[in-house]
Amino acid sequence: MAEEKKEFWRWTESNWKNPDLDWEDAELITVGIDVGSVSSQAVIMADGEILAYGNMRTGSDSPNSAGNALNFALQALDGMPEDRMDCCIGTGYGRINVPFADRSITEIACHARGANFIYGPEVRTVLDVGGQDIKVIQCDDKGKVTNFLMNDKCAAGTGRGMEVFSDLLGVSINEVGDRSFNVKEEPTAVSSTCVVYAKSEATGLLRKGWTTEEVLAAYCRAMAERIYSLIERVGVVPEFAVTGGMAKNRGVMDRLMPMVGLERMKTGWDTQIAGAAGAALFGYALCRKGKGRQK
Amino acid sequence: MLANYGYKDASGDFFVTIDTEKCDGCGDCISACPAAIFLVLDEDPNDPMRDEPVAIVAQDKKKKLKYECNPCKPLRDRPPLPCVEACKAGAISHSW
Repeated sequence: MAEEKKEFWRWTESNWKNPDLDWEDAELITVGIDVGSVSSQAVIMADGEILAYGNMRTGSDSPNSAGNALNFALQALDGMPEDRMDCCIGTGYGRINVPFADRSITEIACHARGANFIYGPEVRTVLDVGGQDIKVIQCDDKGKVTNFLMNDKCAAGTGRGMEVFSDLLGVSINEVGDRSFNVKEEPTAVSSTCVVYAKSEATGLLRKGWTTEEVLAAYCRAMAERIYSLIERVGVVPEFAVTGGMAKNRGVMDRLMPMVGLERMKTGWDTQIAGAAGAALFGYALCRKGKGRQK
Repeated sequence: MLANYGYKDASGDFFVTIDTEKCDGCGDCISACPAAIFLVLDEDPNDPMRDEPVAIVAQDKKKKLKYECNPCKPLRDRPPLPCVEACKAGAISHSW
């Protein structure tokens, strides 16, 4: 009988509750739902502070994944009734498909706002490497966008490409970063970052006798170069922060940062929740402006 | 805010930039553009706190700007771009 196929790309889903906050004390509870092409997050905020979040994989059905992510976050926060939410903002690739959202806001605005929250107001340049696109955003100390670029035409250099590679090479996505540094000499980057071409190039390199680690290193370097070429267009103003799942991949980040010439900021938060956190914060701001739920 | 709409691929950089600080949402670019790449929205999708209308590049056009803008960009004797000329505020620029 065939062995069950291991899903190397599968990253860890998580939910979390803030032990210091109680939803019953909150005046305004706002929710941000970020339905991306690969992952979905729900962040529940009490008066602008994170109460709980859920981070999971987007399924094939956007309305469902939005609900699943919210339920996942609510699970962590046992006991809060859903109708206690004052405002719900949808964002991300699938934002128009969040059935229970009061309104939707683009992920550009939300990521800048969210990065401002999770990294602090010193952030001026935000790089978000998502599942299917790359965003470079400059923002001010309030998290307001001043310059942005989003490359969503092509998935080259994005999280999905990394998933394809971890599957091809049989390396768990969580180990890609560390293993890509396990090489005697840094190889040159694969010549194409296009996922389809890079995959066939990698297969060729493996047949030529390259080790898995060398191929990983070559692909991580190619991705870093691709990401840097987009950063260059917008320019870098310190401090520099990275959001999205790729921030967890040392293989790409440790190759990218020397090109940028800066250290990236550090945070204790899950970098994947930035978009949803920004959406929840916009919900809070809009509610206070009286532009929240239209009933 | 400098809103860069477009993409970068192996053939080059194709971005139309709208400076939303200068744009007042007058809509002159809409009538000037033969390929109808611009739209004016009452609310800036990238800045939910803004109250004035603003021009954006339509979602279905921004991934094919190289081709949509091509007729206005002949190889030689290039006249000023109609969108750039029409915008009195000087909010529109092209990267190529």
